[in-house]
Amino acid sequence: MAQYVLKRLLGAIPTLLFVVVLSFLLVHAAPGGPFDEERVLPDAVAANIEAYYHLDESLPKQFVRYLSGVLQGDFGPSYRYRDHTVSELIADAFPLSIRLGVMAIIVGVVIGVGLGTLAALKQNTVTDRVAMGFAMSGISIPIFVIAPLLVLFLAVKLNWLPAGWSGSSGVSRMLLPVIALALPQIAYISRLTRASMIDVLGSGFIRTARAQGLGTYAVVRYHAMKPAMLPVLSYMGPAIASVLTGSVVVEQIFGIPGLGQFFVTGALNRDYTLVLGIVIFYAALIVLLNLIVDILYGVIDPRVRYR
Amino acid sequence: MSAVLRLYRRIRRNRAVNVSGGILAAIAVLAVLLPLVSQNNYLETDFGRILEAPGLADMHWFGTDDLGRDLFVRTMMGIRVTLLVAIVASIVSLVIGVLYGAFAGYVGGRVDAVMMRFVDALYAMPFIFFVILLMVVFERNFLLIFVAIGAINWLDMARIVRGQTLSLREREFVEAARLNGVSTARIILRHIAPNLMGVVIVYVTLTIPQAILVESFLSFLGLGIQEPQTSLGALVNAGVNQMESAPWMLLIPGGLLALILMCFNFLGDGLRDLFDARQNR
Repeated sequence: MAQYVLKRLLGAIPTLLFVVVLSFLLVHAAPGGPFDEERVLPDAVAANIEAYYHLDESLPKQFVRYLSGVLQGDFGPSYRYRDHTVSELIADAFPLSIRLGVMAIIVGVVIGVGLGTLAALKQNTVTDRVAMGFAMSGISIPIFVIAPLLVLFLAVKLNWLPAGWSGSSGVSRMLLPVIALALPQIAYISRLTRASMIDVLGSGFIRTARAQGLGTYAVVRYHAMKPAMLPVLSYMGPAIASVLTGSVVVEQIFGIPGLGQFFVTGALNRDYTLVLGIVIFYAALIVLLNLIVDILYGVIDPRVRYR
Repeated sequence: MSAVLRLYRRIRRNRAVNVSGGILAAIAVLAVLLPLVSQNNYLETDFGRILEAPGLADMHWFGTDDLGRDLFVRTMMGIRVTLLVAIVASIVSLVIGVLYGAFAGYVGGRVDAVMMRFVDALYAMPFIFFVILLMVVFERNFLLIFVAIGAINWLDMARIVRGQTLSLREREFVEAARLNGVSTARIILRHIAPNLMGVVIVYVTLTIPQAILVESFLSFLGLGIQEPQTSLGALVNAGVNQMESAPWMLLIPGGLLALILMCFNFLGDGLRDLFDARQNR
């Protein structure tokens, strides 16, 4: 087990290195420099700025400098937020994003698994059709359509919940963003759960349990649930990536000062170091979380052998 | 020929495939033809009649936007761009995925292991962020959007194609070609690839909605299609800014986008059930 974890951790290094190299090269292949603005700077000033950000060094040298910084958790200075380093901006904004993301995933799993199990138990009835119709719309309606619609109806028209982030506080302002982020996950997870639950409910050991006189609840709770959850668990990696992507849009729509918001502003402002730092940070996060999911998989399913 | 005919009959009998395919065909045809009928074009601004609600007057069937541009024609243009980007991007991912997967599967052994390990590594990456990085760094043009979206969607295709190729390469006709001294490249292109078409078509139908999502996501953030060009994602973005005073600006393009995505999802699901009932991803 420990050996497996170590092996996977080592295996993640080339992936992450690839991410850093690729994104670093992309940014440096950009035509024009980050300080090209409409007002042409005097040569001496431009040279000073370039020297300050080490842009006058050769590319390999810049890369080594950047990589050793990244390894120490330093993503360099932001080109636009002049008084902040990228690491400070990430440290400020990330806790909010992760809180929203974790809540959305919890809501998505709880409701998605419930809905999927219900649909599987009532296969081919009206309940099943309604639940799966809901799931199909959840998959098909993009989050940037769902989120504004939620704001329009629940906040603007009915005035039940606050529409924006600033000007309100507490749980109420978390509610709409979390719902918007969770809906696509609910849709996806309920489809996964339904399919695997139908599969499991058709297997021999469930028939045995039923034959012994166990009720539906006990069969599902004590026998079917655990094996049926395996596909859902392996979806957790992509789910995290999808929630992070969704949070970029959701933070934009609700005006939440999270990491996604900084990412988009950085992208629109051509704040290269900020965007580069956030891409690398997200990649590392996703690789790490995928690793945790893989390990959990083995904890739940004893058939998995670590190699 | 009769096998194709049988397949065609089975497709005709599947209601999900028929209905969703029919709606998509209708939307595509209308998006191409209807702007020709309208007296308006997608560029012309009219500051005398901004944010007009949908109605019959002057053929502003979907109303006008905050610059007084006709939303009907703009929406149709948006559908064209969205479909075009999605289809071209899917073809890009198809070409990369099929060649990569077929090569890995056909050659097999250590090469296959390394190539698939690389795909696994790429799976773990937040590709959408790379695409945003690309959009930040380079001039935003259509070509880049095609390539960027295509380049993130080929992974599934490569895996599926590889799986199919593994079984195809053991078949007699491939062995016969090999014994006749046909080169590897030619075997892959002329003997393996045509036999993959069924699976590939199914997965292209499932790739298109993903490509649509990526494109509209980028355009929504202002990083994709640029004004005055438009796409459904860009229209939704414009609609969000005006949704309190002009909700139709959000509801119409958003609804059409959802409808198109839903049809592609139903179409892909239906085709997958028809083609390969036991295909596991």
